[in-house]
Amino acid sequence: MLSRTAANLYWIGRYMERAEFTSRLVEATIRLNALGDHAEADQSWRSALSVVGADQAFDATGESVGSLNARRHLTLSEANPSSIRSCLSQARDSARAARTALTVELWEAINRAWLTIRDRTSPGGAQATLNLVDSVKAEIRGFEGGLGRMLRSEGCWFLHLGSVIERGDSIARLLDVKYYLLLPPGQEVGGKLDRDQWMTLLQIVSARTAYRHLYGGALQPWLVADFLILRSEMPRSLIASAEETVALLSSFAARSGRQGQADRLARARLDRMQDLDIEAVVQEGLHEWLHAYLRENAAIDQAIAQQFRFG
Amino acid sequence: MAEAKAFDELWGDGGADTARPGLEALASWLSEIPAAELDRRQLAAEAAFRSLGITFAVYGKEDASERIIPFDIIPRIFTAAEWARLSAGLEQRVRAINAFIDDVYGAQRIIADGVIPADIVLGNAQYCIAVAGARAPHGVYAHICGIDLVRTGADEFFVLEDNVRTPSGVSYMLENREAMLRLSPELFDLLEVEPVDSYPEVLRETLLSTAPDGATTPTAVLLTPGHFNSAFYEHSFLADNMGIELVEGTDLEVDDDIVWMRTIHGRVRVDVIYRRIDDAFLDPLVFRADSALGIPGLMAAYLAGNVSLANAPGTGIADDKAIYSYMPEIVRYYADEEPILPNVETWRCREPKALSFVLEHLEELVVKLVDGSGGYGMLIGPTATRKEIAKFRAALEAEPERYIAQPTLALSTVPTFTERGIAPRHVDFRPFVLTGAHGVTIVPGGLTRVALTKGSLVVNSSQGGGTKDSFVLAPAGAR
Repeated sequence: MLSRTAANLYWIGRYMERAEFTSRLVEATIRLNALGDHAEADQSWRSALSVVGADQAFDATGESVGSLNARRHLTLSEANPSSIRSCLSQARDSARAARTALTVELWEAINRAWLTIRDRTSPGGAQATLNLVDSVKAEIRGFEGGLGRMLRSEGCWFLHLGSVIERGDSIARLLDVKYYLLLPPGQEVGGKLDRDQWMTLLQIVSARTAYRHLYGGALQPWLVADFLILRSEMPRSLIASAEETVALLSSFAARSGRQGQADRLARARLDRMQDLDIEAVVQEGLHEWLHAYLRENAAIDQAIAQQFRFG
Repeated sequence: MAEAKAFDELWGDGGADTARPGLEALASWLSEIPAAELDRRQLAAEAAFRSLGITFAVYGKEDASERIIPFDIIPRIFTAAEWARLSAGLEQRVRAINAFIDDVYGAQRIIADGVIPADIVLGNAQYCIAVAGARAPHGVYAHICGIDLVRTGADEFFVLEDNVRTPSGVSYMLENREAMLRLSPELFDLLEVEPVDSYPEVLRETLLSTAPDGATTPTAVLLTPGHFNSAFYEHSFLADNMGIELVEGTDLEVDDDIVWMRTIHGRVRVDVIYRRIDDAFLDPLVFRADSALGIPGLMAAYLAGNVSLANAPGTGIADDKAIYSYMPEIVRYYADEEPILPNVETWRCREPKALSFVLEHLEELVVKLVDGSGGYGMLIGPTATRKEIAKFRAALEAEPERYIAQPTLALSTVPTFTERGIAPRHVDFRPFVLTGAHGVTIVPGGLTRVALTKGSLVVNSSQGGGTKDSFVLAPAGAR
């Protein structure tokens, strides 16, 4: 496979995952605001913007953090490189360039997702925004379905690799923005607002019922952290991303008989995480731990680019 | 004007209600299918093309940068006998074209024998000095030719243009057939249509057959300018269907006159490049230095005989419209027989007598740039405004050698589904002729372009034309 094609596939994986994550973030924030009082709404949007690293780009627009502006910035803005529109546009550009490496089904899913948002000029009201992100999510599910039916070969692995690297990145940033909610046990917590926030967090990663299955009972902030970081049953947990990264890189190695820096970094990360428990993470400082994870994830991303000659 | 007396390919000259022999089945299908059903199928075809991303970019129109070419659901039909004559004529012409290119970059016999003036060849902007004296692997230059044909009567076919640089449009031949099979399967029960789906396979065989000697399991690639190019869809479609890599210039490198492509497992040697970029952009060391699309050193690798380029650099000399006017002489010279397919009558404005005739008859003629394509830089006298005619008159007087003129032909029409029901629209036809080391192959079909505007003669997709499927009928009793 051409190195350029590989790079395009990897980035399609990343952008589609990012578009999906931003969709869920918007959806959950709208829901959170519907539950809470309106005075908190601007704060929720500011926090959503910082999760996707779009707060600075937003401030540069000089707009006020109202619901409409924030929703527009996250869904449709061309100035925000992580808006759903930007992600889908870049995914589609890469898909056009790597067209021969994609199945018709995958191409159609990406193209349709792009067509869903291409002509939108305003996100409309909260309900219209929910409808918009719903249809984007539906097309992205089509993409994921197509991925599952693709030939298990390099092309498929690069798409997957992009999405698991991106997923690790976005979940870690999500947790970091909300880390003050996940303080150690014993601290006074548990007001209605906190509860809503935890629910929101779980909803973003589509894991509300899964949490109840695993832990039963009431929401405990440190269990939510455990769940999203260290439980490999949870497909969007950080450890699940770490495991999948190792597995995907091994598939390449099995095919080519060669390994590289990316394999070593990914395995080392997984080994360390397997020995961790959530108390140790909290001891180290959740914020610091998450930042170390983000740095390591970026290093693996770099190593992948080098190993497969993306440059 | 033309439309009143145009030959209709279904109804013949009369415009009566009896179809030409062999096409009765299409006529009865047309009379039985309700307009609403045709409308439904037409919409379904457009939706399918859009969702598959079969698009065509139009230069100079930003908002329309990814337009689908309108597809018309009523096919255009050639009988087996018509096709037999066409394909014999095409093969004869393309063999002559390859012989001509081989000659003008080699012994130049045709010039020495005084068949064609030296200056029109050697002084031509399309004459590629970089390859003079170099013979292409296996002597094949124009591997893929798109020969534009027009028709004015039951037996009157003319060659309008020879596209021998990087002709495009073949993906429409294949996708239009897919659309027809999906949307009007019953037509294929009514008519014995020759299949076209072997094209990618034949093209692949053609390309690989021209690999330099010594390449035992040759690797072919398709070189595209990238996904912003207007024909990118076709590039990816063909690469995909041939099972070869679709590469951009940056994917290739030349080392010691060998071409390599960069893959995730290291570099892989390339033997044949089906290039869909113009000569000028192939190699910044030889042609345009500002080309970011090409590969430095590619021409050296080609001249060293280490890689085959399809089409070969320099084929533009046979694509030039001034050379076109000599094509009947060229065919006679190399084939030693009469051309089966005639040219359209052509006035070379470089010749003073022709120029004065053209200037006197601008209102009746089509004037073209010798090196123009895509319907750009063209005057259609009968429909032009006085201002346009004045502009061309000035241009002709200033640089007559840049122009040729041809009569306005009454292009044949084919019934077409329009907003106001079924109506005749003018068409042309581009079959694709493949030449490999072992001879010429023509897949029975091609691209029919249709001028969707009533009375219009401009079929170019860049100028709002559409396409139709082109059925070639099997000889009676063949199946």
